Amino acid sequence: MTAAPAEPVIRIAGITKSFGSHQVLKGIDLAVGKGEVVAIIGPSGSGKTTLLRCINFLEEYDGGSVRIDGVEVGYKDTADGRRRRSDRELARIRVEAAMVFQQFNLFPHLTAAQNVMLGLVKSRGKSKGEARQIAEKWLTRVGLAAKFDALPSQLSGGQQQRVGITRAVAMEPKVLLLDEITSALDPELVGEVLAVVQELAAEGRTMILVTHEMAFAREVADRVVFTDQGRIVIDAPPATVFDDQPNERLRSFLSRFAAFHRPR
Amino acid sequence: MALFFQTLPFLLDGLLTTLLVSVSVVVLSLAIGIPLGCMLVFGPLWARLPIRLYADFVRGVPILVLLYFVYYGLPVIAVNLPSLPAAVVALTAFKTAQIIEIARGAFQSIPVDQMEAAKSIGLTLPDRFVHVLAPQAVRRFLPPFVNSVVDTVKGSSLVSLLGVVDLMLSLQQVIGRTHIALPLYGIGALMYFAINFPLSALSRRLEKRFI
Amino acid sequence: MMNYHFNFAIVWRYAGKLFDGLLLSLELAAATVAIGMAIGLVLALAELDGPRWLKPLIRAYVEFVRNVPLLLLVYLVFYGVPSAIDLQYDATTSFVATLAIYAGAYLVEILRAGLEAVPKGLIEAGKAIGLTPLGVLVHVRLPTALRIALPSLSNTYVALFKDTSIASAIAVPELAYSMRWIETQTFRTVEVYLIATPIYLLTSYAMLLLLRLAERRYAIAR
Ligand SMILES: Nc1ncnc2c1ncn2[C@@H]1O[C@H](COP(=O)(O)OP(=O)(O)OP(=O)(O)O)[C@@H](O)[C@H]1O
Ligand SMILES: [Mg+2]
Repeated sequence: MTAAPAEPVIRIAGITKSFGSHQVLKGIDLAVGKGEVVAIIGPSGSGKTTLLRCINFLEEYDGGSVRIDGVEVGYKDTADGRRRRSDRELARIRVEAAMVFQQFNLFPHLTAAQNVMLGLVKSRGKSKGEARQIAEKWLTRVGLAAKFDALPSQLSGGQQQRVGITRAVAMEPKVLLLDEITSALDPELVGEVLAVVQELAAEGRTMILVTHEMAFAREVADRVVFTDQGRIVIDAPPATVFDDQPNERLRSFLSRFAAFHRPR
Repeated sequence: MALFFQTLPFLLDGLLTTLLVSVSVVVLSLAIGIPLGCMLVFGPLWARLPIRLYADFVRGVPILVLLYFVYYGLPVIAVNLPSLPAAVVALTAFKTAQIIEIARGAFQSIPVDQMEAAKSIGLTLPDRFVHVLAPQAVRRFLPPFVNSVVDTVKGSSLVSLLGVVDLMLSLQQVIGRTHIALPLYGIGALMYFAINFPLSALSRRLEKRFI
Repeated sequence: MMNYHFNFAIVWRYAGKLFDGLLLSLELAAATVAIGMAIGLVLALAELDGPRWLKPLIRAYVEFVRNVPLLLLVYLVFYGVPSAIDLQYDATTSFVATLAIYAGAYLVEILRAGLEAVPKGLIEAGKAIGLTPLGVLVHVRLPTALRIALPSLSNTYVALFKDTSIASAIAVPELAYSMRWIETQTFRTVEVYLIATPIYLLTSYAMLLLLRLAERRYAIAR
């Protein structure tokens, strides 16, 4: 809860990223310790998604470094400089930072259980039988015991996203990355998904989540990071961030979340 | 009615040739077109460019002109094909371009999100292809492909213009002898319909199911 | 090939023939598109808004025509029909009629899909400003449907232009027929194809280009 532990699971140091001439990340530093939950908030276009995607190298960062458990994610240093990792190496590293997507991105041709099993079999080397057991255990936990063999098209948005979370967490990654995972959902379905995330947080999983659900961020996060224009402006415990915040930009950002506007 | 039974064996022979041509063309063009289609999507520029040019060239010219070209034009460069192989070559050249396009469309209609999801559970490129991309591409490929088989069967009738005795030409020959045109064309139309309608219906079912 | 001596001069003497052929091909395509669109629109509207008993008839027409070779339909109309009933027409008329009937079957499907894709809200907005059903059709449904259908229509129009080559089978002197005719006159096969094939290619792609420009201007992304 206090300072980041000595041995961070994720260490991001000075990463930069440009799209064309537009620099989206302007040197980001962030360390996330084992078991920590970090919520990233910030205005639209401030680079939250880009930052998250750099962590598992879905986006290639230009400068700086991202390490998972000490291993540089996208590049390796060789005698003749920095080289992009091979597809095989990337695959091995990426499982350690499994991502849950805003639009779920379930494989439409696979059932709920098969969606979860695919990575277990192909990346974690489990047998089909083992993978099935793990998938069933997890799907049962998130309340989808009756839906093992349903195709994504037969599931509600909330159910699909619970499969999405399961697909990621069943890999037992070192960190879970969640990018606005409830913002494509109807309001009445948000709760069931957040409940799952909350439970995962409670059992000590390391997570980085981008969210616009301020009340949720306050409740679940150990630290809240506020990004603005490609920089981290504030990195502090929720109480500090949400209450009596002196930073003008953060105050004006937070004031847009009506639900959060409660008199104290 | 008597006439019908007299001519039927002759027409069935023609029908057999129609089927032979159609099946050869479909099989050959799948065998050539799918690898080329994959290369058009995933290959390096030097491979994509000629494939793109080929597909665009062939699809800009009527099939009939391609047929004439192969049958009458190629002998000039000492490629002297009898009418049946010439017909198959020309129709295959056309069909291959179609298959390339359908395959390209199938791959490109799969959102990048799918690849990202596959990457984030640690799948390597071959696994992403086999378990995520290919199964979805096949589903998108099948409906337009089956539908295009109908076009192939229909287009195969053009081989009659090179003198290949397919269903179309055997109809013409029977009509030439009997001078009973309309009923025989009707019978011929029904025979084509009997092959094509189930394929069209299948294509629609696949489309409902997969797309 | 090595010792083949090109002789374009002979073929050029027939350039006028090729030009006439191309012109006729374009005319055939234009006539077909015009009549085919009329058939397609009427039938699409009939299928959507007409009496129930019409639907199976329209379906039967569409399914029959789409599953039978164009060449057979061309023969059927040109040789078959006049042999059975007392009706006389020349090859060109016969071909235009056939290709229009053929085109209609494809265009019905495209136009019906376009009409079905017109958002309900637009139609209601049309009613809300007091348009009659006919007014809604003319000012709201058709313009929107045509724009939605434009990409598919473009492809069909170009395909129809290429299909005009089949008129050569009943000796309509369009481009493919002229091409074969010059070939048999001159025996300069390669030269003829080297000239005629690009004519088809260029015309097809010029058409496509113009239609794509129209799309960029008018199309509505679905
Ligand atoms: N692939 C891309 N190509 C070009 N520009 C991009 C790309 N992806 C993101 N951007 C730009 O980078 C900036 C940051 O985008 P990013 O998606 O990271 O923001 P965000 O903080 O997640 O916003 P939101 O809250 O809207 O999701 C934006 O200006 C965006 O337009
Ligand atoms: Mg974002």
